[in-house]
Amino acid sequence: MMTMEPSAVIAKRIARELRSGMLVNLGIGIPTMVAAHVADDVRVFFQSENGLIGTGSIPEEGMQNPLLTDAGGRPVMALPGASTFDSAMSFGLIRGGHVDVTVLGALQVDEQGLLANWMIPGKLVPGMGGAMDLVTGAKRVIIAMQHTAKGKPKILSKCTLPKTSERPVDLVVTEMAVIGFPNGRATLLETGPGVSVEQVLAATEARLTMSDHIQPMCV
Amino acid sequence: LPTGIIHLTYVKAATVLLRIGLRLEALQRQIEMKIVTPEDAVAMIPDGATLMIGGFMGVGSPERMVDELVRQKKRDLTVIANDTAIPGRGIGKLVDAGLVSKAIASHIGLNPEAQRQMIAGKMAVDLVPQGTLIERIRADGFGLGGVLTPTGLGTVVEDGKQKIKVNGKSYLLETPLHADFALVNAFLADYLGNLSYALTARNFNPIIVMAAETAIVTADHIVPVGLIAPDHVVTPAPLVDYVVANG
Repeated sequence: MMTMEPSAVIAKRIARELRSGMLVNLGIGIPTMVAAHVADDVRVFFQSENGLIGTGSIPEEGMQNPLLTDAGGRPVMALPGASTFDSAMSFGLIRGGHVDVTVLGALQVDEQGLLANWMIPGKLVPGMGGAMDLVTGAKRVIIAMQHTAKGKPKILSKCTLPKTSERPVDLVVTEMAVIGFPNGRATLLETGPGVSVEQVLAATEARLTMSDHIQPMCV
Repeated sequence: LPTGIIHLTYVKAATVLLRIGLRLEALQRQIEMKIVTPEDAVAMIPDGATLMIGGFMGVGSPERMVDELVRQKKRDLTVIANDTAIPGRGIGKLVDAGLVSKAIASHIGLNPEAQRQMIAGKMAVDLVPQGTLIERIRADGFGLGGVLTPTGLGTVVEDGKQKIKVNGKSYLLETPLHADFALVNAFLADYLGNLSYALTARNFNPIIVMAAETAIVTADHIVPVGLIAPDHVVTPAPLVDYVVANG
């Protein structure tokens, strides 16, 4: 078997969570890659919080429109049926519970599913952008991240970095595991390709509850 | 029909057309007062002014106004905007020139110069969640005393803010943001100041136009009255104080 890049494993697995008709917001980094792995027969509406529903892929060289960009300011295409709107509408969609799924990156996630993904005090203070609104308002929050950072666990008993919201996330997908939060407790649901339960536990600081049916991740 | 009646109809039609023509001319005279050069527009802005500036990562920012602010070296500005873009683009140019003493924004992470000035204490930065920022601006423009939002609850954002319960749910009270000037970029502006926007260049523009003492607009295209159909006008003309002439 060819080994897949960790980011590809994560993006592929998350793409399977998306259904036709859903309004979905993807953060920057690995979350953006999810779009490329959605099955052909699944028609998802992707939102860019700068004011677009129907976000497409990156246009070919010479086909960019400087007034059509994603939330990172990069030129994108708009799919047939796309719509544009102002920032108040865009965040009304987000905060008002009209976005079905948001996929975001993370610095840390804790045992209860609380997320830290917007600053490292004294080191990196970029601003929360739309992250706090997305985590607070989206119907379902999925985290796409590598399981560890420089060998250190990112899934902790408690976040040490400033939190993004008091609302816990719903699912964490890493290259090693899929973790859900039934009853507010981090629960191992699936293991990544070629990864054992023991390896997941060794790379996780948080106490993980074991699901009755831990399955291999299907990617 | 008798020729007399046909003749009368023509005369009537001609009179109506003439009247419309005169009215348009009167409108035109009115608009001439609204049109300014970038130099004159920026000359109205004093040092220390609070500016709301449209744009998302520079997309939909009034670049010509920004360039002129830099040329006239307007100092000690407070800028309220979604982000500080990148060096050399949009609001990034004001940051590069060291003209911003305070930024109220949701994100400055893609502008290393803004990060550097914040860490060095040269530029104060007030970080506000994006949805809260636009609602605080909207609240001011819409005459509201603030907004109640769940965003920021349980985070550092709630520090020092009033928490209010409505129907058993907690919210933060976020207060309105007001500016001296709104610097807006539109795609189309007609001679009266009706505006429409293009694609993702709309973002903060139609909201900030309502939250400032004076709204100054640059437009990619200035077009005759009527070309933007009533259904497609996003910002109605009376909200616009000045349209900057295209060079």
